[in-house]
Amino acid sequence: MSAVATDFSYLQQLVLNRSAIVLSDDKEYLVESRLSPIARELGLEGVDAVLERLRLTRERALEDRVVEAMTTNETLWFRDVHPFNALRRTVFPEIIARRAPYRQLAVWSAASSSGQELYSITMLLAESFPQVMDWHLSLHGTDLSSEMVNKARAGKYTTLEINRGLPATMMVRNFDRDGSNYVLKDEVRRMTTFRQMNLAEPWPTLPKYDLILIRNVLIYFDLPTRKKILESAARCLDPNGYLFIGSSETMMGVTDVFEAATADGATFYRLKGKQ
Amino acid sequence: MKALVVDDSRSMRTIVSRILRGVGVEEIVQAENGQEAIQVLETGGIPDIALVDWHMPIMNGYEFVCAARKVPEWRPMTIMMVTTENEHGQIVKALAAGATEYLIKPFTPDALVDKLSLLGLNPLTGALS
Repeated sequence: MSAVATDFSYLQQLVLNRSAIVLSDDKEYLVESRLSPIARELGLEGVDAVLERLRLTRERALEDRVVEAMTTNETLWFRDVHPFNALRRTVFPEIIARRAPYRQLAVWSAASSSGQELYSITMLLAESFPQVMDWHLSLHGTDLSSEMVNKARAGKYTTLEINRGLPATMMVRNFDRDGSNYVLKDEVRRMTTFRQMNLAEPWPTLPKYDLILIRNVLIYFDLPTRKKILESAARCLDPNGYLFIGSSETMMGVTDVFEAATADGATFYRLKGKQ
Repeated sequence: MKALVVDDSRSMRTIVSRILRGVGVEEIVQAENGQEAIQVLETGGIPDIALVDWHMPIMNGYEFVCAARKVPEWRPMTIMMVTTENEHGQIVKALAAGATEYLIKPFTPDALVDKLSLLGLNPLTGALS
């Protein structure tokens, strides 16, 4: 359930008082995705329960966390740089050489947020591997939040969002300006599919992917759920496929179905015995 | 690593310089317009990176890029435009003239750091690879 308007006004005031940052009305869509992890961690029902607790208790530490969650934006293009260097130089050349006879390639961004990760991959493929543009490409993004899925589908970003890690050459090539926003060109958007999916619930039937990215989302789950998610991912990964998790996340102590490999400054994972 | 910050707004020069120091850039020189920046290059040596506003009096940022790219010894310098100018055509023009990267104002400190990472800035050493 989304926070109701009065809750958002309360949040706007809290953020303003504590950080001097003005949270504009169009940022309401962020409430669910930013505050849900806090609700889960505190064992609360949902975002509304977090806001209710804030109002009743005025806990300073909780206020700090909520303000921080609402004001930091870690959704960026080509996040962490190194994984994308590895995709460009090592991973995609290997996958594409192997897939050339079948002319098909499947990628899944499992915590796609507002779309930057999957669109970064789409633009990278178009720029560095133009030969696959007429292949059968399955470029899928899923996210827990339907608001995020809608934002990703729209492919519309503010200046602040477009500035985060997107090379200028790619920006001018792939986006059109719409007032103070930037909109992805249709030919890029049309290559991708976004839909809502909760990684912690039973998964629908998924195809075999050559590349799966489950980055910076495992931290929000407890250990048994992380294990379940990663082992489910292993089942829908092509036997020769690649899995990326967040650069600050680890498989250690979670599951042993994967083994780590490194290239171009990035660590990624392959099914055991397939390296 | 050495950086040159070119902007006619003193507060903007201060903000950009503070972000650069935060990621380990040790030597930062400032200039108020393109002409002053050219004088810095002629007398003070070449920085690793120049962060340049577009709209400035006397010599604007685009004119600075064109002038700087004519001097072979200055070619290794990375130039990033940091400007409110957001017309696609103008961005393309700046990149074609030799700007290496482009950051549109307003930006958050993280956005500048992201762009520096894209350019290969090593936050530990402050060096561009």
